[in-house]
Amino acid sequence: MAFRSLATRKTLSLGLNSTRLTQSRALQTFSLPDLPYDYGALEPAISGEIMQLHHQKHHQTYITNYNKALEQLHEAIQKGDSSTVVKLQTAIKFNGGGHINHSIFWNNLAPIHEGGGEPPKGSLGWAIDTNFGSLESLIQKISAEGAALQGSGWVWLGLDKELKKLVIETTANQDPLVTKGPHLVPLLGIDVWEHAYYLQYKNVRPDYLKNIWKVINWKYASGVYEKESA
Amino acid sequence: MAASTSMLTSSSFTFPSQGLRLPTRTHPCMKPQKRFVRKDASNVITATYDLKPPPYPLNALEPHMSRETLEYHWGKHHRTYVENLNKQIVGTDLEGLSLEDIIIVAYNKGDILPAFNNAAQAWNHDFFWESMKPGGGGKPSGDLLDLIERDFGSFERFTEEFRSAAATQFGSGWAWLAYKANRLGVENAVNPWPSENDKKLVIVKSPNAVNPLVWDYFPLLTIDVWEHAYYLDFQNQRADYISMFMEKLVSWEAVNARLEKAKAEAAEREMEEERRKNEEEWKPTDDDDDDDEGLEMYVDSEDDSEAE
Repeated sequence: MAFRSLATRKTLSLGLNSTRLTQSRALQTFSLPDLPYDYGALEPAISGEIMQLHHQKHHQTYITNYNKALEQLHEAIQKGDSSTVVKLQTAIKFNGGGHINHSIFWNNLAPIHEGGGEPPKGSLGWAIDTNFGSLESLIQKISAEGAALQGSGWVWLGLDKELKKLVIETTANQDPLVTKGPHLVPLLGIDVWEHAYYLQYKNVRPDYLKNIWKVINWKYASGVYEKESA
Repeated sequence: MAASTSMLTSSSFTFPSQGLRLPTRTHPCMKPQKRFVRKDASNVITATYDLKPPPYPLNALEPHMSRETLEYHWGKHHRTYVENLNKQIVGTDLEGLSLEDIIIVAYNKGDILPAFNNAAQAWNHDFFWESMKPGGGGKPSGDLLDLIERDFGSFERFTEEFRSAAATQFGSGWAWLAYKANRLGVENAVNPWPSENDKKLVIVKSPNAVNPLVWDYFPLLTIDVWEHAYYLDFQNQRADYISMFMEKLVSWEAVNARLEKAKAEAAEREMEEERRKNEEEWKPTDDDDDDDEGLEMYVDSEDDSEAE
């Protein structure tokens, strides 16, 4: 009984605390993840200049603005300011999406001497052959979709967890792949915003899409695939 | 929908030539010509839109916008839009239409058709080159300044809003100053209290290839905020690019001329609508007259109560 009343008191106090905790729960903000390789390590496929700008400026800006939007959202939620909560959704989608997508992207790339460009083996390799006939066919399709995308966006190889198959999708601006389907998991994303290639490839996006395959990190994509299709 | 006949041929805006004339320059008074050319031995006749050069040499906007940028932006991006458009419309209903008409048709009230992107981008870039000039920037004057002050409070507030629109157009797109004439978005709707104040200047931003022609506005000024427009010179610093554009490149003469044209076309359109409305009101209805005439053939014409 003593135990029970202890439990009750504890539950009570926990209850009180949890209300306060909900209100003042610390907001998690984000910081720029380090690249797992040097800026120049992906040359000549992607120049060091681009990698540095892309990482230190573009990705950092998304993170900075995402954090700002999250702080404003946090405050608005606490105050019950629905107008502001709704108003912030665009900024969160843009900047949060930018952070999500670029974090995946850095892992999708690897220097050649660390496996960049090496074809996928194991279950992902097999799934690619089953879904697309061959790796070459997949690469050709992804590159075509990426080249045809109007404006800014991403081209993805994704796993549809529900249908249990691989899909190629594009998203506009910084929309994450999940906006195209709640069961979609990104395995590989290629940034086709102009900032991803312009200094080196100028208007010739197809050349960027041809060369990037030399530094695609299939090991990472395989790892995600194995985990998500288990 | 009533076709706005050659509503905005902004590319026909005459502009005093500056510096060297480029060999491929077409006469400034001519609209982009549709030319029918015979293409090599295959005997295929194709309609072509021309890639108009900017009204200044490619290095004329330095040091603010580099020659390299113009070489790629005009020489590659703009050129590709024009070339692809020409290829795309061969043998289709769009062949032979003016560029503005293709844009409206292909926009298809938002359900965009394939030719829209190339057509709109071809138009947008023409408009963009002509929105700038060497030694540009500064402040507008006259009617334009009055309208800006009326609709934005002050030139400074206008600048602030324009910069903000350009900076917050996420992804690729454009920011615009446009003249919005007194029009309601619903067909057959009539503004019950039309006034001169309904015609106003607005700042709008648009994604990718969209432009204010599709909203039935008159574009007056634009800035390209696709990354290719500024990346070579400014990299990720879009805000600096926008500042440079406002301070050093905007051609207020061009904006002014477009405003005058817009006002004139808006007035003309109103008169046209009035005239059409009056015609409809006075059009003899087909209810009785013919029957009466027919009847009179069979009855005595002593009855002249009908005053025709």
